[in-house]
Amino acid sequence: MERLTTYEIFISLIKAGLKVTIQVTFFAAILALVLGFISGLARMSRHRTIRFISGVYIEVFRGTSLLVQLFWIYFALPMMGIRLSALTAGVLAIGLNYGAYCSEVVRSAIQNVPVGQTEACIALNMTKTQRMVKVIIPQAFVMMLPNLGNQLIELLKSTSLVSMITLTDLTYQANILNATTFETTKVYTMLLVIYFIIGLPLSKGVKLLEAKVSEGRV
Amino acid sequence: MTPIVSYQNVTKTYGDLEVLKDIDFNIYPGEKVALIGPSGSGKTTLARLLMTLEEPDSGIIEVENKNLWQEEVGGELVKAKEKHLREMRKSIGMVFQHFYLFPHMTVLKNVMEAPMTVLGLSKKKARQQAEEMLEKVGLSDKLDVYPAQLSGGQKQRVAIARALVMKPNIMLFDEPTSALDPELVGEVLDVIKEIAFESDMTMLLITHEMDFAKEIADRVAFFNEGIIAEQGDPEELFNNPKTPRLQSFLSRFNS
Repeated sequence: MERLTTYEIFISLIKAGLKVTIQVTFFAAILALVLGFISGLARMSRHRTIRFISGVYIEVFRGTSLLVQLFWIYFALPMMGIRLSALTAGVLAIGLNYGAYCSEVVRSAIQNVPVGQTEACIALNMTKTQRMVKVIIPQAFVMMLPNLGNQLIELLKSTSLVSMITLTDLTYQANILNATTFETTKVYTMLLVIYFIIGLPLSKGVKLLEAKVSEGRV
Repeated sequence: MTPIVSYQNVTKTYGDLEVLKDIDFNIYPGEKVALIGPSGSGKTTLARLLMTLEEPDSGIIEVENKNLWQEEVGGELVKAKEKHLREMRKSIGMVFQHFYLFPHMTVLKNVMEAPMTVLGLSKKKARQQAEEMLEKVGLSDKLDVYPAQLSGGQKQRVAIARALVMKPNIMLFDEPTSALDPELVGEVLDVIKEIAFESDMTMLLITHEMDFAKEIADRVAFFNEGIIAEQGDPEELFNNPKTPRLQSFLSRFNS
């Protein structure tokens, strides 16, 4: 058995697994954000049914394990005739799970916008939609950013679970390399390093965005 | 003359506290009415009911001869829908004690926003009107500044411009200077005085500034424990208060 250098392990992991990890992170993050906004707003709806549905979604996906959700979507759904590719299943499970957390971030930020802002909008005769779009959400968005940034990093790290449903992401590739080379320390150290390197621009990016959207306000 | 605003048997309670007790009160077109009285006496609630921020428990409020909180559907009076309220709000504007400027918009944008989104004005037209209004309140040099960089007095003047640019027939000022440092009160009162003297807008002013009330009001109403305890001509009311409650209230300001 040939011995691999740390550098070779690094390159091998990236070559084989980076694409899937980034794909899953990217699409799951978009799905989570969209679901988070929709269910976060729905949670504050005037209609009881809408509030109820969104409440059930949030509680179910926060209250059960992401790994089990992933298995359920990939292995159990086909039994009911719904067959999804591993990538779709991975994106769906992670997006749904983090969407539930994001919705709480969205809801609490919106509820933290001072009530005076709504009153000013009423006094200016804005419609409910105009109030939300022009005044409440832009202010709530600034408040949600740090939390959404945390969720995004968490989401990136959780994508390692998709290796359990046959997707060849970074973690899957690390497991293969470990099994074939027995360079356990090098392999998993490099895996940590790579996740850290991907996460860095994400948290930096969120910080930059925070600075940009709150420009001039403090 | 028919009143532009008419409160008829209006009652409002918060829990056990009756803030407005069976109020009958008329305001006439173009009139400048000052509401004075101790905190919690119901002055602010009176304005908030008119701005549709809160609903009365009972009674009728009419604005320009139309029922504010109720509308007729199939010959029956029912609670007004949002559409009716929006129609009614066109006539009314309000300035708040704590300004409530939009912190994420520049001064100019704060004043332009509602004319564009609510009245559908073009950006150019809205900008022109906003600039004129901000010049009127003396803030032409602050157009591109965010509210956080303004003093309290400047913030309140922006808030006044923001309300005026909607051209309401009735303007409500809810303690516009109560949140300000004493040295900033004057600049805001001057702006309000100027508006009061030059426009035929109906104005309802809730204030603790007695000299100011005396100077601009056509009529002063003294609120105490949810009722209008005394009202009348400012000179008469301030110089010759009839009720003991008003006498003791005013004595606190003449020290």
